[in-house]
Amino acid sequence: MKSTTIRRWSQVHTWTSLICTLFLLMLALTGLPLIFHHELEHLLGEAPELRELPAGTPHLSLQQLVDAAERHRPGEVIQYFGFEDDEPNGVVAITAATAGTEPNSSHTFMLDARSGEAVEMPAANGGILMVILRLHVDMFAGLPGKLLLAFMGLLFVVAIISGVVLYAPFMRRLKFAEVRHEKARRTRWLDLHNLIGIVTVTWALVVGVTGVISASADLLISAWRTEALAAMVAPYRDAPALTERAPVNQVLTIAAQATPAMQPDFIAFPGTRFSSEHHYTVFMKGSTHLTAHLWTPVLIDARSLEVTAIGQRPWYMDALSMSQPLHFGDYGGMPMKVLWAVLDVLTIIVLGSGLYLWWVRRRAPANARERAEAAV
Amino acid sequence: MSARQSTFVLPLLIGLLSAAGLFSALLGDGAWDAVAWLGLGIPAVLGLWPLLPRRCQ
Repeated sequence: MKSTTIRRWSQVHTWTSLICTLFLLMLALTGLPLIFHHELEHLLGEAPELRELPAGTPHLSLQQLVDAAERHRPGEVIQYFGFEDDEPNGVVAITAATAGTEPNSSHTFMLDARSGEAVEMPAANGGILMVILRLHVDMFAGLPGKLLLAFMGLLFVVAIISGVVLYAPFMRRLKFAEVRHEKARRTRWLDLHNLIGIVTVTWALVVGVTGVISASADLLISAWRTEALAAMVAPYRDAPALTERAPVNQVLTIAAQATPAMQPDFIAFPGTRFSSEHHYTVFMKGSTHLTAHLWTPVLIDARSLEVTAIGQRPWYMDALSMSQPLHFGDYGGMPMKVLWAVLDVLTIIVLGSGLYLWWVRRRAPANARERAEAAV
Repeated sequence: MSARQSTFVLPLLIGLLSAAGLFSALLGDGAWDAVAWLGLGIPAVLGLWPLLPRRCQ
């Protein structure tokens, strides 16, 4: 590689890294507890615990649960019901002032499906984990915050790629994983930065790219609304506003009949971001390990309870769905979470050592810098 | 030339194993997860190893 080429890649690496490093350090630090959010919720007592009832206690109807939710939050309406595999007797309810209220102003709690009793979920409504999550997702700045972090993620990806390019000239005279412990501190950290950076590169790229996709979720969801959803509800464009709804009781059965071999994941009520003004939309997920991450929306007319459309999944919604596990590392048991945490800490070390190397190089007198470059 | 002397042979191998692991755990539990633990365990160990105090290495 010519020295001018190296210098150019080096500038790309320096500047993309410098701009994103502080944000990435924040993301890596807040991401660390989030890897274990499930365990931490239980530890902090923020996980919903349902009352012990005799096994086989029958469930209330969905409409009774809607009524229970709206009694629990007077003046609010139900936006979503979610179903969790590890709590078959619970239904996650999300309510807000109106169906179209934005997600951060919603209230999330669990309903005991057998009694209608509401159990609070502080972790979803302003507990310490929620604060960490908001810092990680949008720094409490809404869409601009998410898009800023998405841009920082893109810079991180460019920094990684330029780092891989620069790895070659730096390693020309070194064996893989060789760390010159006997040399100056700067040299030792350069070797560590290169070694840790190159072995974690695949993981860092995957977490970086899926982070960028997740940070763009709002854009992807509005694209889905204007393209896919608008086409599915086109016949309702001039329909009068929904005044009366049929009870929601049967929608899960109706959706299951429309999509055999799929499981319900959540119900979006009429007027919410994931439904139309005239439909209950049941989001079904596949039954295999892989397809359990992918959603198929079933649109059910909220007055007649007829299935009017079964959504095709646009590729970008599949990409968004698949980005969740690949970003969180929650799909391979506890050993995977621990490895995710180790790789996260290693990324912090790569970021920190990169900052250190830039700092000492900047302070080095020009002639020493030339000598160092000549040695490369 | 040994694999350790080549610049990209071992990093490429490690990267491919990581990618295989990241994908594998999406497909199932048990053995599928174990592939991920191996694929991600190698970079985790290789990255931590040189950070240990020298007398431990």
